[in-house]
Parts: sequence; C-alpha cells; structure tokens
Amino acid sequence: MKALELGKQPLTTVLEQHPMVADFVTALGFSAPDEHISLSQWLAELPDEALFDAGMERGQILDHLQRLVAEVQLMADRHAERIDSVTLIGGRDKSGRAENLELTFRAGEIVCIVGPTGSGKSRLLGDIECLAQGDTPTGRRVLINGTEPDDDRRYAPDRKLVAQLSQNMNFVVDLSVRELIAMHAHCRLVSAPEQMADTVIACANALTGEKFSADVSVTQLSGGQTRALMIADAALLSASPVVLIDEIENAGVDRRQALELLTRGEKIVLISTHDPLLALRGSRRLVIRNGGIAEVIETSERERQNLRHIERIDATLMDIRERLRGGQRIEEDIAWPN
Amino acid sequence: MQLITVAGSPSVGKTSVILRVAELLRQEGRKVGVAKFDALSTSDDKLYAQKDIPVAVGLAGSLCPDHYFVSNIEDCLAWGARQALDVLISESAGLCNRCSPHIDGVLAVCVVDALAGVHTPKKIGPMLRLADVVVITKGDIVSQVEREVFAFHVRLANPGARALFCNGITGQGATDIVRHLRAAETTESLDGSRLRFSMPAAVCPYCVGETCIGETHQRGNVKKMRFVDLETPR
Repeated sequence: MKALELGKQPLTTVLEQHPMVADFVTALGFSAPDEHISLSQWLAELPDEALFDAGMERGQILDHLQRLVAEVQLMADRHAERIDSVTLIGGRDKSGRAENLELTFRAGEIVCIVGPTGSGKSRLLGDIECLAQGDTPTGRRVLINGTEPDDDRRYAPDRKLVAQLSQNMNFVVDLSVRELIAMHAHCRLVSAPEQMADTVIACANALTGEKFSADVSVTQLSGGQTRALMIADAALLSASPVVLIDEIENAGVDRRQALELLTRGEKIVLISTHDPLLALRGSRRLVIRNGGIAEVIETSERERQNLRHIERIDATLMDIRERLRGGQRIEEDIAWPN
Repeated sequence: MQLITVAGSPSVGKTSVILRVAELLRQEGRKVGVAKFDALSTSDDKLYAQKDIPVAVGLAGSLCPDHYFVSNIEDCLAWGARQALDVLISESAGLCNRCSPHIDGVLAVCVVDALAGVHTPKKIGPMLRLADVVVITKGDIVSQVEREVFAFHVRLANPGARALFCNGITGQGATDIVRHLRAAETTESLDGSRLRFSMPAAVCPYCVGETCIGETHQRGNVKKMRFVDLETPR
C-alpha cells in the first residue's frame, strides 16, 4: 500500500485496523475526531501549531504512518519464521591460530561454554549474537538454517537471534509483573496478552521456591524470582530462538526444570557455566582458551551417571534449604545419596 | 568529509559510543574528529583528547543548545576540513526531547538509553523519530524482557530506522554501528541545507533574561495551559 492510498482511507478505519497507528497518534498528543474524513484530510485540517508542538510535518507524519503499517505487517509475517539450526564456522584465537571447526546447534539443544574469565566466552556469545560474518576480531561466521543470514536478519533489534540472560541484568521498570509481561506479549503481537502473561507467571512460579503474585512490582522480586521470571519469559515469549545464559545462580531456581522449559520451547540454549548440574546436562561443552574454541567435549555416559548422582545430592541440599525456609531445625544425620 | 550528527538526552552514553566507534573507524585508517556541543560545561573533550581524537567544543551557555548547534555547525565543518578529517561526528544533547540537530542528507544518529524506561521512545520527538540510525545503550543491565519491549517501542517510534544495541563500556555492538556509518554521504558544505525539522520556538521576554513572574511579562510566543475545570461545557 502506498502512502497516498493510506491517506485516502477514512481516518476511523485506519485507526481501527491499525492499533499501532492509533497509539502513535495518541503519543503525538492528537485526539482524532469521530467524523468521516480521510487520513490526509484530517492531517490537512490539523492546525500548524499542533504539528509544530508534535514535532513533525504533515508529510513526515503520513510517511511515518505508512512505514509503521508496513513495519507491523513485516513483524506479523516474520512471526512464522522458524529457526532449526545455527552453525558456527570457526575463526581464529588471540594468537591467530585457526579453530578449524564447524559446529551446528539444533533447536532443543543445550550447549555449555566453559573456560576461565577472560578466555573469550563473551566474545563467542557476542559473535553468535551479531551473526558474525568474518567481520569480528575472531573471524568467525554464523549461518542460520545452513545459510548466510541477510542484513535484515542481522539488524532488526526486536527480532534478535539471541536472547540474553545474565546475572547483572535486572528489571528496572516500575510496572507490576503482569503489566510488564502482558506488555511484552503485546509487543510480540500475541492475540491474548493477558492470558499469555498469566501462563508465563505460573511457569516462573513453578521454577522458584518463593512464589510471587502477578501484582507485585518487578523491581521488588528477589534474585531467584527475577531469574525464574526471565527464564519463563525467554522460553515462552522471547522472539529469539537462541538463549544465552551467563550462569543461573542456584538460589531459588530449579535449574533442571528451567533448562527443560527452554528446550521444550525449541530454543537453542547456550550456557556459560561451571555449575556441574548445568554443564553436564548439555549434549556437549565448548572449552574456550586464549580467545578460541580449544576443544569440544561430548558429554559421556559416565558423566551422565555422575550427573544423576550430583542431582540427588543437590535434591538433598534443596530439601534442607526448603526446611530452613520453613523455620525447621536440621539436626538429623543427613542421608547423603550414594 | 563525511558528517554524522549524533544526538541524545544527557547521560545516555553518546560519548562512550562515539569513542568506541571512532576507535574502529581509525583502525580502518580514517581520521575522525568530534564537535562536542554541550550546555553549561563539559569534560568529555578530555576523553577525546586522551584518545588523540581532535575535538572542538561549543558551550551554548544561556542559549538554546540546538539553536546554538545550527548556528555553528558550518564552522565545525570548516574546522573539520582544516584538520583534514575523513569523518566529523557532531555530538549534541537533546535537552527537552523536542530538539533535533538532524539535517537532510546528513546521516543522523540518535542515542537512547534502555534504562530510561520502556515508554521513553514514545516521548522523544524528532531527535528519535527522524533519525536514520538509533543506538540503544545500557541494554546489558536491563532484563531481556525490557530490552525487547524497548526495541519494539523504538521501532514503532521510528519504523524503518536501523536500531542497534551498543554497550558503551565493552564496545559490543560498535562494529554494527560503524557498518552503518560508512554509508554516510560526503558533506562538503551545509550552506542551504535544511534541518529535518524546525527548532523549537522560544521567543518571549524570558528568552532574553526576564526573571519576574506575572501576566505583564508574558509577551511574544506565550502558550497557556488548559484546565478542564475552567472550561465551559459545550
């Protein structure tokens, strides 16, 4: 649709059919009349002073509304897009040594990244996030579904390939849990945002020992509740098919359930962690040294057995934690699993 | 010489972003300089100087910073030419969210801060709406939820513009910005060029030093608030 054609449409129809346009008109400080006039006519009749205050000229507004309609349409179209795999083609480490590898991560897979601080984990996550095409210091390349991503894919911020969850992230906005998550659902063009919010909140509550209400302000959530909500939201609402997690603190989040939730949502999960419960749960782990992927370790059967053992020990610890929360004494001989 | 206008509210991280970008441009062998506009004082010129980036500073003082900008940008361009710059970046603060230094044919960047809250993109005027590239800073400390909501609102406020996240501290995202800045047109002269939108009007006795409050001093371009309780029902 051309700008002219949009301009010819009745104002009331435009506002009804395009809620985002209605939002924008309201944000400019205009209240649209109920009369039967076209959008262009309405713009032509607006007093110059009102336009001056709003900070846009008539032509700019029409052009803007046109682009807005196209953009929302684009977002809706892209919704159906599916990402089954992300392929990383190796570059070089800090000394210029070639990585010589090609790794393909598939939807539903968990990959762990291990290595000391400063070894280059963030650089790796950064390369995936910006869909590097040999244009970052590492020279790595990233393919989507086996092919090179187009520029549109690379630079649309709200359809970033990668959602990030890190420990220094916090909720800062002054909204209740329900308001914020419903707003996110609205942005994702979900048809019933409120309902979706309730699902996400219920999911988050299943992940954390300390339950929270939908009406509490997001800034008041504890560390564990915050992380649980972020994970549930990333799994159910985030547009990004890849989730990068920089450690999940063990305080108050059921890490196993959290990962299951994410992989069930067909996400590719990359976790930078040294927590045995997480690191051994992945199908493989990438060992980072000197800015490069030095080794790829497939999780062995023996490691999986050890994981089950570690999980039982963790369950015992979690149980003690729950009892402490409940105000109980821990005086019995603790039965550690073998 | 390529001219790029960078604008954003105070403390959003314009200088940090420009420093990162300038460093990358320099690595490509380009000579980068900055024209820094501020209101009352600045020490950012020292940050640029530390990195050996030529900098010209303009303090608007009692004048509206954007009016000051538009009366001086040509001289900045001439300064850039004398310095034999390949790229001149102007940095100015949009203090009232209404101003915009963006010029037709000159690549326009707006820097916004994800910490400012998810509704902020709606409140910023031409500075954001008429920019070609929007850089979102401080995205690393807010939740993914807020990042996505913020980016969505930026997209609604300026559909079609490239919006990029950049971490001014680590420089993550700066490579993407540089890629877009390369497309900036060459600006040899600004004589006759047009601002993308008019500057805010401010012509009343208070603009020229009046401090006394009262009806008799309100002359010129004066606008009064409307109060619903005083309006007669139609």
